[in-house]
Amino acid sequence: MGLKHIAAIAGLVIALALPWALQAAGVDFYLSVVSRMVVYAIAATSLNLLIGYGGMISLGHAAFFGLGAYSTGVLLSEGVQSAGLHLLVIAVVAGVMALVIGAISLRTRGVYFIMITLAFAQMLFYLANSVKGYGGDEGLTVKVRSLLPGGFSLHEPTTFYYVALTLLAGVLFFLHRFTGSRFGRAVQAMRDDEVRAQALGLPTFACKLVIFVVAGVVCGIAGGLSVNLQGYVSPNVLYWTQSATLMVMVILGGVGTLWGGVLGAVALLLMQEVLSTYTPYFEFWTGWALLAVVLFARHGLAGMAASLAQWRTRP
Amino acid sequence: MSGLFLIEQALNGLQLGLMLFLLAAGLTLVFGVMDMINLAHGSLYMVGAFLAAWLVNWSGSFLLGVLGAIVLTALFGMLLEATLLRTLYARDHLSQVLATFALILIINDGTKMIFGNDLPLSTPQALSGPIEILPGLMYSSWRLLLIAVGLVVALLLYLLVQKTRIGALVRAGASNREMSTVMGVNVTQLFTLVFGMGAALCAVAGSLLGPLLAVQVGMGENILILAFVVIVIGGIGSIRGALVGALLVGVVDTLGRTLLQQALREALPLQWASAAGPALASISVYVLMAVMLVFRPQGLFPVRS
Repeated sequence: MGLKHIAAIAGLVIALALPWALQAAGVDFYLSVVSRMVVYAIAATSLNLLIGYGGMISLGHAAFFGLGAYSTGVLLSEGVQSAGLHLLVIAVVAGVMALVIGAISLRTRGVYFIMITLAFAQMLFYLANSVKGYGGDEGLTVKVRSLLPGGFSLHEPTTFYYVALTLLAGVLFFLHRFTGSRFGRAVQAMRDDEVRAQALGLPTFACKLVIFVVAGVVCGIAGGLSVNLQGYVSPNVLYWTQSATLMVMVILGGVGTLWGGVLGAVALLLMQEVLSTYTPYFEFWTGWALLAVVLFARHGLAGMAASLAQWRTRP
Repeated sequence: MSGLFLIEQALNGLQLGLMLFLLAAGLTLVFGVMDMINLAHGSLYMVGAFLAAWLVNWSGSFLLGVLGAIVLTALFGMLLEATLLRTLYARDHLSQVLATFALILIINDGTKMIFGNDLPLSTPQALSGPIEILPGLMYSSWRLLLIAVGLVVALLLYLLVQKTRIGALVRAGASNREMSTVMGVNVTQLFTLVFGMGAALCAVAGSLLGPLLAVQVGMGENILILAFVVIVIGGIGSIRGALVGALLVGVVDTLGRTLLQQALREALPLQWASAAGPALASISVYVLMAVMLVFRPQGLFPVRS
C-alpha cells in the first residue's frame, strides 16, 4: 500500500469522524464551515474535470453552480421539498444549459473559449438579477430544506454533512474510474494533442461536449447543496469573480489531479476562515498566499504533496 | 421630442464608449502582444479613481488631483509590470488568471486599508450643471467634458500608435513578438512603458467617471469585464478595434437601457417589461460578444494574420 492510499484512507476516517470530534470539542458550529468546504470541493472538482482533464479553460463555471442553486431555491420556495426531484430538475436544467452553452462555446479555442464562457455566465448573472419574483438582486431566502427519502432533512447539520460528503466521495470515485477508462484516456489524449486525437478518429467535439455537460451537472448539484446549507441564494453566486474563485481553487489544489479540487477548496476556505478571525483584511493576505503559489509551487498543492512523497521515498 | 431624446442617448452612448476605450486600450495591447490575461486591469482603474478623489480633496483643485492620479497610477502600473506581471508573460493562461486574481484581492483590500471603502468625488463647481447644447436640449456639461477628453485622448493615441516610431514598434510587437525581438526591438522595456500608459489611461477614466459612478472598492471588477467585451469585439491587440468596439458597446448598452426598454413597455404588459428590460439591456453586450466569438473570433480588426 502506497503513501497515497494511506493518506486517502486517513483523510476519509478524519472526514467521517469530524462531526463527533467537533461535538466532543464543543465547537459543532464549525461543522457548517466544513460542510461549505465539501460543497466547494465538489464544485472545484467538477471544474478540474473540465480544465485539468478536458483541457477546457472555462471562466464561466459559476453559471452551473448558480443554475443548480436557483433551481433548488425556486423549488424550495414553491414548497417542493423532495431531494430526488431537486436532483432531477438540477440535472435537466444544468444539463440542458451546459449542452447549449457548450455546443456554442466549443466552436471557439483558447482565450476565446475563456471569454465566451465568461459571457454566458454574465448573461445568467444579469438574468438572475432581474427575476424579481425570486428575489431579484436581493437574493432568495428559503425557509425549508430538501427532504431525503425516509424523512431525513438537510436542515440537520450532520445529515447535510454526510450527504455532501457522500456526494463528494461519489464524484471522486467517478473521476478516478474515468481517468483510467477508455473514454477518459481518449479525453486526456485530446487535451494533450487535439489534432492527433482527431486524426486517430476520435469524435473530439462530442467528447468535449459530454465532459462539459457532466461538469455542469456536477457543479449544479454543488449549487443545490449550497442553498440547503445557507438557506439563501443570490445572483452573486453567478458573478464572474465566483467563476474565478473556483478556478483559483483548481489551480491552487493542482490542475488535472484527482484531489486537486478538494485540496484547493479546503485550502482556500480554511485560509480565509482562519485569517478572518485575525483581520478584516483577510483577502489581502489570501492574495499574497495565492501569488506565492503561482510563483513558487507551479503544480499546486497536489504537486507539492507529490514531490514531497517522492522526496520521502528517495533512497 | 423623440429626435432630441435620440441625440441625448447617442451622446450618452458615445460618452460611455469613449471611457471604455480608455480602459480597453491598455488591456488590448497587453493581451494582444504578451498574450496575457490581466484581470487586475480593473484594479488600476480603481486605484486611479481613489488617488484622484484623495488628491482632489487634498489639493482643492480637480485638475491637479487628476494629473497627480495619472502620474501615480502610471508609476504604480509600471512597478507592477516590472516586478510581477513580467514574469507571467511566459506562463500559461491559468497561472495568469490565478496571479492577477490574487492581485485584485490584494489591491482591493489594500485600498480599503489606506482609503476606506469609498471616497467622495464630485464634479468641479463650474461643470456641475447642465448646459443647452441645442434649442430644447439640456445636456450635462460634465458628460460633454468626458466626450471631449475621450476624443482628444483617442486621437492622440491613434497618432502615437499609427504615426510614431514607438507606435510602429508596439504594432510590430503585436503582430509578431518573436520576429520583432529578433529584429532588435527591446520588447521587455517597451512593454513596461506600454503598461504604464495603459495604467495612466485607466486613471483618466477612473477620475472622470468617479463623479458619475461611485469611487468605491470593487468598482474595477464590473467595468473590467466590459473592457474584455470591447477588446474581444474589436480584435485582441488592435487599438483601432478597441475604439470601434468600445463605441459599439457604449451605444448598444445605452440604447438597450433606453430604446429597448421603451419598446418592451409598449409591446409587453408592464410587469413583464419592467422585469425583462434591465436584464436584456445588460445582457445585450454579452450577446454581441458571444455572437462575435462564434462567427468572427478574431474580432472586427484582427491583428495577427
